[in-house]
Amino acid sequence: MSWIGDNTGLIWDQLREHLYLAILPVIFGLIISIPLGYIATRYSWLSNPLIAFGGVLYSLPSIALFIVIPAILGTKVLSTVNIIVALTIYTVSLLIRNVIDGLRSVPPDVRQSAIAVGYGSLHRVVAVDLPIAVPVIFAGLRVVTVANISMVSVGAVIGIGGLGELFTLGFQKDFLTPVVVGVVLSLLLALCADLIIVTLQRVLTPWARVASPVGEVA
Amino acid sequence: MWQYLTDSYNWSGNEGIWARILQHLWYTFAALGLSTVIALPIGLRIGHTRHGAFLAINLGNAARALPSLGLLMIAVLLTNEIGFLPVLIALVALGIPPILASTYAGLSGVDPATIDAARGMGMTGREILTKVEIPIALPLIISGVRSATLQIVSTATIAALVSLGGLGRYVVDGLKLRDFPQMFTGALLVALLAIALDAVFALIARVTVSEGLKIG
Repeated sequence: MSWIGDNTGLIWDQLREHLYLAILPVIFGLIISIPLGYIATRYSWLSNPLIAFGGVLYSLPSIALFIVIPAILGTKVLSTVNIIVALTIYTVSLLIRNVIDGLRSVPPDVRQSAIAVGYGSLHRVVAVDLPIAVPVIFAGLRVVTVANISMVSVGAVIGIGGLGELFTLGFQKDFLTPVVVGVVLSLLLALCADLIIVTLQRVLTPWARVASPVGEVA
Repeated sequence: MWQYLTDSYNWSGNEGIWARILQHLWYTFAALGLSTVIALPIGLRIGHTRHGAFLAINLGNAARALPSLGLLMIAVLLTNEIGFLPVLIALVALGIPPILASTYAGLSGVDPATIDAARGMGMTGREILTKVEIPIALPLIISGVRSATLQIVSTATIAALVSLGGLGRYVVDGLKLRDFPQMFTGALLVALLAIALDAVFALIARVTVSEGLKIG
């Protein structure tokens, strides 16, 4: 226990790095996959190839991406950019499917009503289509956020991994405490992130509460 | 990297690429087999009886957030053994949630009218499970095993951290020696192995799924 007291600075730094490495890709991924998904629903022949390509990308091992990306981008092998790019790729490859499914779930009569009352196409997407797609998109967001949080620690194998570095530290010193601290904090981080996303979803979709008081169960 | 891969010396022998691939596959299939043996019956039971679904789903989701590397280190320190057992524990913990979740989801997605019809024809509970529910749920069960395989095959890289073999050896040794071509070789081979195994499962899914399901 005294190890925790003596190392709060280190633990705190790794926690912050972990959070940053896991969450930034989720934000980037969301920013990329929403317009991409929109384009794919507009030109529907694009959707199936995009979803299939996403499936292949998602099947690539994270450790492989962490190492191959610097060769493609020309970044240093020990740069945090690699982790962020790799996890952004995973985020997009998983979210793209949910964005497409979500946008497809907009009932045609709702879409037509929006056009009839005078929404322009961009305004309609932002004000009508996307809000309706929120539950489906957020279901994917929850999965990918939790996956990212647990995947960051794999980076510790190549020397950058937030809380994962506590694992290697504990292993090298034959000492359980840092490993347990890392696992527990990583689980707590995933839990908090999940709660925040669920809360955000409730705030964004106030009508869902009227329809089903229990809330969305993913 | 090309040089490394095309040098025939690197392919043969106890520490050659073929040997590493076989070791990697051995860890993967041992963990996959054990995960299936544990998760499949539980998933079938929950899906068939609909008891304990809430617990299983939430435990499964929480387990997804467990970092395998941390789990491996805990397993090493608790079992006091550096080797196969802790790796197996970490990989099995990774494989159970997707198999459990998709088996349950597959069974609970079976139309109740279909089950009623089967019961009406006089099938017993066991017959309904083996002749109706499992065949209908099979595509989802296979996709669960498939995603468990992908995660296990890529994570089996960490075996090298506790001085076992497998393709992770190239990554770990390469990192230590700052030999990046060697690291790329390992990373590339793991990715290719993952893609190959995924293709095998796609084939299995195509062959085993009942003809009746393909029409609908």
